[in-house]
Amino acid sequence: MIQENNDTGGGCGGTCDKSSCACPSDEMTSRRQFLQRASTVTIGAMSLTILPVAMGDGTESQLPMANGKGAPNEGDQLFGFLVDSDKCIGAGKCMTACRTENDVPEGSHRTWVERYVHFKDGTLQVDTVPETGFAGSGLPIIDPELVDRSFFVPKLCNQCEDAPCNQVCPVHASFTSPQGVELVDPDRCIGCGYCVQACPYGARFINPETNNADKCTWCYHRVMRNEKPACVEACPVDARVFGRLDDPNSEISKRIAKIPTDVLKEHLGTHPKTRYAGICGEVK
Amino acid sequence: MDANSFVFPNDPGIAWSIMIVLYPYITGLVAGAFVVSALYHVFHQEVLKPVAKLALVTSLCFCSCATLPLLLHLHHPERALNIMVTPNGTSAMAGFGFIYSLYMLLLVVEVWLVFRPTIVERANSRIGAAGLVYRILALGARKMTDGSRQVDDWAIRLLAMAGIPIACILHGYVGFLFGAIKANPWWSTALMPVIFLISAIVSGIAGLIVLYVGMCWRRGVKPDADCVRAMCRYLWVALVVAVSLEMLELGHMAYESGAEWKVLSTLLTEHLAVSYGLIQVVIGSLCPFLLLLIAVRPRLNPRLMTACGGLASLLVLVQVFAMRWNVVVGGQLFSKSYRGFVEYTVPWGGREGIIAAAIVLTLPLLALWLADKLLPLWQDSEPSASLPFETGSRIMSPEPIGAAFAITAETPPAERTQPVQAQLTSPAK
Repeated sequence: MIQENNDTGGGCGGTCDKSSCACPSDEMTSRRQFLQRASTVTIGAMSLTILPVAMGDGTESQLPMANGKGAPNEGDQLFGFLVDSDKCIGAGKCMTACRTENDVPEGSHRTWVERYVHFKDGTLQVDTVPETGFAGSGLPIIDPELVDRSFFVPKLCNQCEDAPCNQVCPVHASFTSPQGVELVDPDRCIGCGYCVQACPYGARFINPETNNADKCTWCYHRVMRNEKPACVEACPVDARVFGRLDDPNSEISKRIAKIPTDVLKEHLGTHPKTRYAGICGEVK
Repeated sequence: MDANSFVFPNDPGIAWSIMIVLYPYITGLVAGAFVVSALYHVFHQEVLKPVAKLALVTSLCFCSCATLPLLLHLHHPERALNIMVTPNGTSAMAGFGFIYSLYMLLLVVEVWLVFRPTIVERANSRIGAAGLVYRILALGARKMTDGSRQVDDWAIRLLAMAGIPIACILHGYVGFLFGAIKANPWWSTALMPVIFLISAIVSGIAGLIVLYVGMCWRRGVKPDADCVRAMCRYLWVALVVAVSLEMLELGHMAYESGAEWKVLSTLLTEHLAVSYGLIQVVIGSLCPFLLLLIAVRPRLNPRLMTACGGLASLLVLVQVFAMRWNVVVGGQLFSKSYRGFVEYTVPWGGREGIIAAAIVLTLPLLALWLADKLLPLWQDSEPSASLPFETGSRIMSPEPIGAAFAITAETPPAERTQPVQAQLTSPAK
């Protein structure tokens, strides 16, 4: 470009004394250099601002894809969770195990167990099982003569395939791992509570100690080490089953194939990956 | 078959407090006030001229404080900018930072352009600290020519036109933010953005009437009766539309009687009976409706008209606040188990308490007071010596009639007989 200008007589070719010459070629070079430097500085400054947030410090902080889902890799496991209401005895050990494993503060719950009691007079009582279980809790015992039927339903994050919590998170703090587990990036969450509002199952809460959105992760840190979630390990009656859905020989795959299962609030179209066996329509 | 009051264990309180009630309330005032301003600048509703500047500055003052309740609510306010650095495209909330920033920028530029002639004039004439403030605000400009005024006026109209859809988006998106939560049957309705938008216009007009009448009273001047009556008329129409939409939504829910209607009807009759039934519907909607009907009568005594309009506007402001409260807080009073209710009592202290909320609501008024000291919000306070610089600076309508109106309205009666062209000639040349 500079040579072309020289050919057309537009400048002196840089042979003159620059302090006294205002040749177009020098102006152009200067302008070009200025623009190049300005661009470099601008892009660099933007990178310095954005990259640390985008890259984070480890696996959980990697920027998820635009749909809030982590990029699946070949050979990734696909996890599932089955809650068998017919087996649950309301021992409450799962809740204690979860609280201990995940440092869940008092008053918040990553998992809980609901009790449904249908009385003979047609009324329904729903309450939650104390962490100690009903035995020894001091709560009044219901007269069995008055009861038609009753059952327990352990609740936890439903790990929805189309998770509304992920959809509404404004900063990509909520995302789906390649294994299909919904996670929260603790370094990115702004604590707006939008995900808490969007979760139809009451599974999310703002952790009063970290001020982040918090929820059940199926003990992601354990299952990635080929261990079971703490609640599954603590359950004395195998009412909670965790495993790989992509393995037809896994226990969860076999049980889902044999017994009818359902999901909660199916009409909302969230497609939960936590499935329930032995529940009725009154469970929400 | 009936269930006892069962609440999910993570639903003992509410996640969005009074600060989230204040946010749509403030943005509603912002959007509504801007619409009034645009009615003058874009649609040439000359009768609104006395409040055109006030509307624009009010919009800016409230907009500048709109993020405060959000920052007070966020559990990690230090990460607030993440919403713009790593926005999630699927989140309704992610657009906030960009829409708000764009609107704020637009407001700042438009207000600056509207008051630029005065700022430049005072930058040249004032000395000391006040002069320094105006010289900073003038951004280096020391003179105004007819050409620069024409460019400014063209830009003002362009910004006012662009601001209308942005103001609508700013507040419509707040409604969308609630309406898109399918987990909550009290919020999940496609009408929610429209209801929020119309009620924003309602609150903006009502807020302006209250501010205008109140500021006139403080300044010891009579409010422009035609202007107040026109605003009352706009307010009446907007109120009718807003309340109709709210009732339509409620009636639809009740008639449909879906699975969640039982919990919603209990919510309305037991938990929101006062804030919805009494305050929002009777005191905030029905009473202003009747008062405004009186106020818009053509031959009504101006003083009575102003009193009726002012009182109705105050009640409407209460109604809009109650509406925000009933949506935001009401939607969290029932558990997602749809079987039980939680209680919410606003604390006095703390980041999300009553005192903090009162401060947040007071700050825009303080900003407005400051703006009133800095800038001429009232037509009659324009310095007559600077008429050649300032007359017609906001309208510059291409139509001669519009320009003539702008000039004559700002010109003292003694000078109104002078030819328009003579006044447009700048002595600075």
